[in-house]
Amino acid sequence: MRMGLSILVSLVLAATVAANVAPSPFESSTVPVPRSQIDKLVLGRLEQLGITPAHLCSDAVFVRRAYLDAIGTLPTAQETRTFLADQDPNKRSILIDRLLERPQFADYWAMKWSDLLRVKSEFPINLWPNAVQAYHRWIRTCIRDNMPYDRFVREMLTASGSNFRVPQVNFYRAVQSREPQALAQAAALTFMGVRPEGWPKEKWSQMAVFFARVGYKSTLEWKEEIVLFDPSTRKMENTLAANPQSAIMSSPASTGDRNPQFITAVLPDGTTVPLSPDQDPREVFANWLIDAKNPWFTRNIVNRIWYWLQGRGIIHEPDDIRPDNPPGNPELLAYLEKELVAARYDLKHIYRLILNSQTYQLSSIARGDDPKTEANFASYPLRRLEAEVLIDALCQITGTMEQYSSPIPEPFTFIPEDMRSIALADASITSAFLEKFGRSPRDTGLESERNNRPTAAQRLHLLNSSHIQRKIEQSTKLQSLLQSKGKPRDTIEGVYLTVLSRFPTEEELKTVGAYFQSAGGNRRGAAVDLIWALINSAEFLYRH
Amino acid sequence: MTRAISRREVMRHSLCGAAGLLLADGVVRSVPVRASNARVEGVPPSNRGQDTRDTTPYGVTTNAKAKSVIQIWMWGGPSHLDTFDPKPAAGYDYCGQLDKPIPTNVDGIMIGELLPLLAKQADKYSIIRSMTHGVNAHETASYMVQTGRPPGGREVYPSVGAVVSLFKGYHAGYQGLIPPYIVLTQPQGRFSEAGFLGTRYKPFATGGDPAQARFAVEGVVAQGITDQRQKDRRDLLHRLDTLGQAAQDSEPLKTFDQAEDGAYELILGDAGKVFDLTQEKNELRDSYGRTTFGQACLVARRLVERGVPYVTINYSGWDTHKQHFQIMRRKLPEMDKGMATLLQDLSERGLLDSTIVWWSGEFGRTPKVQWEPPWNGGRGHYGNVFSAVVAGGGFKGGCVVGSSDDKGEEVKDRPVYPCDLIASMYELLGIDGNAKLPHPQGLDLRVTPTAAEGVKTGGRLKEIM
Repeated sequence: MRMGLSILVSLVLAATVAANVAPSPFESSTVPVPRSQIDKLVLGRLEQLGITPAHLCSDAVFVRRAYLDAIGTLPTAQETRTFLADQDPNKRSILIDRLLERPQFADYWAMKWSDLLRVKSEFPINLWPNAVQAYHRWIRTCIRDNMPYDRFVREMLTASGSNFRVPQVNFYRAVQSREPQALAQAAALTFMGVRPEGWPKEKWSQMAVFFARVGYKSTLEWKEEIVLFDPSTRKMENTLAANPQSAIMSSPASTGDRNPQFITAVLPDGTTVPLSPDQDPREVFANWLIDAKNPWFTRNIVNRIWYWLQGRGIIHEPDDIRPDNPPGNPELLAYLEKELVAARYDLKHIYRLILNSQTYQLSSIARGDDPKTEANFASYPLRRLEAEVLIDALCQITGTMEQYSSPIPEPFTFIPEDMRSIALADASITSAFLEKFGRSPRDTGLESERNNRPTAAQRLHLLNSSHIQRKIEQSTKLQSLLQSKGKPRDTIEGVYLTVLSRFPTEEELKTVGAYFQSAGGNRRGAAVDLIWALINSAEFLYRH
Repeated sequence: MTRAISRREVMRHSLCGAAGLLLADGVVRSVPVRASNARVEGVPPSNRGQDTRDTTPYGVTTNAKAKSVIQIWMWGGPSHLDTFDPKPAAGYDYCGQLDKPIPTNVDGIMIGELLPLLAKQADKYSIIRSMTHGVNAHETASYMVQTGRPPGGREVYPSVGAVVSLFKGYHAGYQGLIPPYIVLTQPQGRFSEAGFLGTRYKPFATGGDPAQARFAVEGVVAQGITDQRQKDRRDLLHRLDTLGQAAQDSEPLKTFDQAEDGAYELILGDAGKVFDLTQEKNELRDSYGRTTFGQACLVARRLVERGVPYVTINYSGWDTHKQHFQIMRRKLPEMDKGMATLLQDLSERGLLDSTIVWWSGEFGRTPKVQWEPPWNGGRGHYGNVFSAVVAGGGFKGGCVVGSSDDKGEEVKDRPVYPCDLIASMYELLGIDGNAKLPHPQGLDLRVTPTAAEGVKTGGRLKEIM
């Protein structure tokens, strides 16, 4: 009954819109119909709440959105043209499959993971440049090769060896403090999406027991450090002292004072496990963590992927999961968890499910102002491009490059000019632009460290800095657009496809045409202003 | 289209309260330090709750005599012998030909012969001739002089500028569109001004050159773009705002429009005019000197006049290993003109009482001239003893604090360590030295070093406060 009504309402609305306004370049006239399980769960919930979802997005919006979301990269004008001209009804899912195999997929998601894993040379993490390079390369390779997620996590949690030669061990170095409690906190935040600071103290120190035998030692090689299983008891005793429930049990065959001691440790779910003295407790913890029955492990990662692609977690914030912060759509979360386990922790399977859903492909133009719209994914949320993605996009559309270097600490780091910013390994690389646009400082691994909030300083930079002005003026792309012997209309189209990944509307053509006319003979100046205006539009600066 | 413009109009009404904040970089640091008492003095209501993590009661200053600081940063390390601590009796090996210091308008105070204009302003400033930290490396010494902390610990402390903008910036009710911590014109490079306070406390570096016909402040003034073209462009931008028109009620776009309006207040509105030196009389601009430094001094005055709490003039070129005396003859008159006019101008406008002017480099230079090759008449780095100058904001003028020995090689009496000078400035600025700084891990670190830190101190400069 209600369903019928709301469809009717949206049909009427659609008809009204179609009658009065030229079609917007952002949405198609199609209302979403549930096809996949995700859509059934999301659209069903909207139905229940009486919220009208947005229309599906247009092809032009989709191609731009899919590129930005999946690979952090703007489509080129040619890629956009090809996609828009393609008549294959399955072209969206074909594009998704192709994007997931692009090298930029590994670059972009290695950047995200490096935020969470705090990959930076300097204060307060102090990994040092060589270790940063090794760690980042390992992360990127795992993503490129689509290593099953449970193995990816297990390797980091259980690794021992040199920070240069066994890059995974840097998980235990990329922390502000190396005390067992801090290591436990890093593992809990990253892989369980929880914040032990909010737990009862006892529970936190119980978890710390599993990290109380992580040892560190330096070598003769400068800045090399070995992370290892350290059976000595000092740290363990300190940790246990804070934690009466985990008891030291004397070995049953006790014959003297120096006997190895067994420890009873308590996992975060309350299960008690014995730890023998020659056993690396990290192994015990990792095996428990990645077990498919573990209530935190799978939920954390599917919820994060949903957050990354949809701009909002099913549990939100995605790294603050607690009993009093329940999921907005528990069935949806449960479904994604089940899918990931069935796919043996192939993360790309989850990406594919989400990207192919109608839910993901909704337009960003909301149909109504119900305050619950956002939390229930009734439209695609507008989000400013991340710092690195933005500067890469600016470089791509102008055909220019950025230069990065890091003069401290030694060895100095110089980044090749043609390397993209999403591929930068180190958050300590000096860049006023990236800082201004809220690159993650990678100090804590919290998702909120990355700041995409627009500020006047950012606007000043884009509207009026010599940096951006120079990029536009020196743009080789602009040069070739101006030199081609087409009509002015072709130049304008070329600029639109390059910057906004779509053709201009008739009204826009009129506006721009008039602007070119009023510029008289100064076609170049007018074209510079056009690129400038499009670069400064919300449409360019936001995912939409 | 009209609808889009009306959305912007609506935004404009709500702009006044929040605009000042918008220039702050807005990078949310996780600051677990929370105020135990929720009372946030001096923070205007519109600022509250903007960042829920960061509600520490900074901005509480008491008995402040000084409102602003102009730091003349002599990057490279100026020679103390050739400026404010002449030693004519030490002979040619120490003074070269600069051995005829001149009297000042304060009886008994002599300064270098290349500073005749500053000699006429000596009643306005005091000279500290016994600065010391013993470090001879640029980066380390820069860090010491501007943070008061010894280097090498795990913590990177914030500089004076970052601390002042923490206590007297947006948290303290500062509403200006101009960021509270400005560097004219280039940042210090390797020196991390903000330390653990994070990027939102970094200074805004203007770029450009104030001695040019148009001071092209990065982002505020674009070279070669007239105001008319700016307006045309902005109009074009709004008319092509197709997404903004389609997504009328979008919250994110409202914030975006607010940020844009704030930016245009600087580009086309009155706020950015602070950098327009054509508003000053030609005679005044001449007396500052038509040099980058001279005009930067004038910009600094204009900035503090509008309430900007901290301005650094990053004045490089003092690392004179070679050709030392040629450089002194070229640069000291330029410095003399700019700095002397700044003191006089501030004083005439009644701003000197509330503005501290702090002149210092990271160290001094070797008193004994290196006549031998490859230097052929140069001076090396010297952190053992050097000079600093302070004026205004509650500092007495016409005094000399401490002294160096006959050759300017050792502190003779009253050693003054960087933290002593910094603590004195904080006191005049009304900043509690014992206040806690917001630290990403919530560590208990204070504005000035505590006794437990074991930092050497000679005590605050009570004699000139």
